[in-house]
Amino acid sequence: MSVSITITDAVKRYGDTTVISDLSVQIGSGEFFTLLGPSGCGKTTLLRMIAGFNTVEAGDIHFNEKRINDVEPSKRRIGMVFQNYAIFPHLSVRKNVEFGLRNMDFPRKEVRDKAQEFIELVQIGRWADQMPDRLSGGQQQRVALARALVTSPDVLLMDEPLSNLDAKLRVEMREVIREIQKRVGITTVYVTHDQEEAMAVSDRIAVMKDGVIQQLGTPRELYHRPANMFVSSFIGRTNTLDGQLTVRDGQTHLVVADADLVIPDLPSAADAVGPVKVAVRPEEFVLDTAATTGIPAVVDHGVFLGVNTHYFLTLADGTAIEAIQESEFDEALEPGATVFLDVKRHKVNIFDSAGEHNLRTRAAAEVVGS
Amino acid sequence: MTTIMTTPGAQTRRGRFFKLDMWTATSLGLLLLFGLFLLYPLFGVLKESVLDGEGGFTFANFAKFFANDYYFGTIRNSFMVSLAVTVVSLVIGVPFSYFYTFFKLRGAKFLFVGAVLSCMSAPFIGAYAWILLLGRNGIATRLLEAVLPFSIGSIYGFGGIVLVLSLKLFPLVSVYMNAAFRSVDISLLEAASLMGSTGLRRIWQVMIRLTVPTLLAASLLVFMRAFADFGTPMLIGEGYRTFTVEIYNQYLGEIGQNHNFAAAIGIVGVVVTAAVFLLQKFAANKFSFSLKAGSPVQKRRPRGIGGALVYLYMYALIGLALLPQLYIVYLSFRNNNQVVFLPGYSLDNYRQAMSRLLGRSVYNTIFFAVVALVIIIAVSVLLAYLVVRRSNAVNNFLDTVSMLPYIMPGAVIGIGLVIAFNSPPLALTGTMTVMIIMLVIRRMPYTIRSATATLMHLPMSMEEAARSLGASKLKAFWRITVPMMSAGVASGAVLSFVAIVTEMSAGIILYNNQTITLTMSAYVAITRGSYGLACAFSAILTVLTAVLLAVYLKFTKEEDVKM
Repeated sequence: MSVSITITDAVKRYGDTTVISDLSVQIGSGEFFTLLGPSGCGKTTLLRMIAGFNTVEAGDIHFNEKRINDVEPSKRRIGMVFQNYAIFPHLSVRKNVEFGLRNMDFPRKEVRDKAQEFIELVQIGRWADQMPDRLSGGQQQRVALARALVTSPDVLLMDEPLSNLDAKLRVEMREVIREIQKRVGITTVYVTHDQEEAMAVSDRIAVMKDGVIQQLGTPRELYHRPANMFVSSFIGRTNTLDGQLTVRDGQTHLVVADADLVIPDLPSAADAVGPVKVAVRPEEFVLDTAATTGIPAVVDHGVFLGVNTHYFLTLADGTAIEAIQESEFDEALEPGATVFLDVKRHKVNIFDSAGEHNLRTRAAAEVVGS
Repeated sequence: MTTIMTTPGAQTRRGRFFKLDMWTATSLGLLLLFGLFLLYPLFGVLKESVLDGEGGFTFANFAKFFANDYYFGTIRNSFMVSLAVTVVSLVIGVPFSYFYTFFKLRGAKFLFVGAVLSCMSAPFIGAYAWILLLGRNGIATRLLEAVLPFSIGSIYGFGGIVLVLSLKLFPLVSVYMNAAFRSVDISLLEAASLMGSTGLRRIWQVMIRLTVPTLLAASLLVFMRAFADFGTPMLIGEGYRTFTVEIYNQYLGEIGQNHNFAAAIGIVGVVVTAAVFLLQKFAANKFSFSLKAGSPVQKRRPRGIGGALVYLYMYALIGLALLPQLYIVYLSFRNNNQVVFLPGYSLDNYRQAMSRLLGRSVYNTIFFAVVALVIIIAVSVLLAYLVVRRSNAVNNFLDTVSMLPYIMPGAVIGIGLVIAFNSPPLALTGTMTVMIIMLVIRRMPYTIRSATATLMHLPMSMEEAARSLGASKLKAFWRITVPMMSAGVASGAVLSFVAIVTEMSAGIILYNNQTITLTMSAYVAITRGSYGLACAFSAILTVLTAVLLAVYLKFTKEEDVKM
């Protein structure tokens, strides 16, 4: 059975410092939910509040209708995968997986069968009777996953489970985790600071900073319609430019780096006339060597990466920017060359001058609101 | 490819073995020293044990020992009492370090220092103080018997030995278990609790199971110390005879001395300790696993009734463990007429001690200890370097030999030295030299262990860096390796120093009026029944030990305390 998790106005304090203030979020049954943010943002703190290892100073946490604030961690029906796996070094792989079942007083045979089922699910049968210190990081990760799931918990919590693995294994294991989570169908809360990893596995992501959820949404929403400048620069790469917004003849004009661009689909522009922040992702620049109008820029250098070429350019006012182009065999852009850049106007995000609101999404929200 | 890579390396290694450089010479020098002062005396004991009174070969000594329960019983007694001491030490020591490690206790430092102090005190002072407290004429005995309707039983014998040695040796368990508990990663406990393992069940399923290797190591230490202890059973054992006391009686007893038989008992003792040692090694291997470093468990404040009980347990235990030392110091100021304590306080006991070789005892104690320590440090550093950096058959042999004294009761070493150096060309018996040799041999293993462990954790690249910058081998060793080892060696050395100062069981066979030490003076006074004098000597010894330990603990982080 899977549960939904409802967190209402949760507060976490350590002494006088408030780490999390009035945080509310609803996690759906069977959902793969990720807490993403830089270190110190409170994501692990929140996870450990759900697990019961951290006290909740105010607010409520519910699993379905049941308030679990004061329920012992051992009674919350939680499976957890720790950052360092927390595999018991004195028990064999099988005994590790059986550990939780044995404490639940299952009959001996059932314990064995169930453990075997999960050992096979995560494909560690070959090492089942070895001691865990012989296992590689990825294998230990699988043991930890099997051990967390074997007791059929209501919720699976994962605290930076891949951060101790090398890059290649990280990609492999995140696929494994995602696949197994789908198959078991368990509500999962996942903590990571790696935005790519978060996007690869999650149904929804909460981007956190300073104990506050900055944005809650699907990976696609976070990337293409970040709620504010923080999310925009934390998820993926972004060039931040200063711009000036005006409305003329019913059209929204954005003046940025000496170029005047007409921006479609920005209905609330009239309210935001004046200085704005423009977030342009490297692939949202159009770099046409033949163009004679647009944003003038000087090529600093290019880095050929196979599929793409990354160009580093300098604008007239000295701002350094990055642009990505699909690579060609005969690329002619040498350092020092002057080019004119265009942007994919329907994709760029425009924020108010403080960088706190995305004009594209705010417009939509306000329309709905009225 | 691999073959090509390894072959030249193997040749170099083989080549180095035969090359006579500074380190080969050191190896040979140590081999000579160990051979002369350790193996040769040991061989002497072995030879003595298979000789009859006229010098003919015989197994009669062993036959006599095993056939006669009067003698064989002593080794059984030693074994049983050591086993009991080990179990009791674990039972009281493990909770002690559990509370100590996981609770934020007021006066934690005091508790720790108290534990270390009681552990490092001279071996017989505890027994003597408990006799004065709970013995036939003990003050507590009289008090309790006046109050209680029933008799409190005798302190003498099995129970008394277990009481005294457990209170003295449980800190060994604690020091080891503190480190083990500290290294338990909090996430292992959290993982366990999510899987339904909480409270006492979790302590057993995870905490204790994770520390089994340490428990085994600590048990071995306690067993060895209890097994080889001489002072405690001698004073408080009475009818409960242990083999160490029997060796003493056979070797130095006033009636019916039999040196050959004493040697035979010693050999049996060595065999038993060696067997226990190997058994422990075997068990430790079975239970061994590697513990990854993680974040340790946060200490919490004890609360409520449980918290009060924790405090009660900790302070009562340390109070009990320190009681003997404090009581002895107190008594040393009491007036007395040799056998009975009289009302009033004075320094008479100390004045009397001055006339009974106090000066010489103190001088000898310090002089022997300093000289022995210098030799121990030099040998330990050199041997550690040879074992860690120049591992070969000869050096590994040296390493094994250097640990032999670890499993040998002091009496065996004492007898061995007497046999080996009783006659020319090396007639050393009765000299200061032989006392120093004895101390070096007895207390070397501790410093060697800590030196070796320290060096193992020092990366070779430091020396290589020095060599690449043009330093010679010798210079790299002196200027780089030795300074980096110094902290680890120093911590082992101070404990060796304390152990030297309180040395008893081998010293008693070797000392004479010229080479008497504080421990010997105290012991002589006790056996002669002069309470005041005994207390004065013991008090001085206790204070000296305490001062040394205070210095040691001042400069050592608690995590690094090894005993």
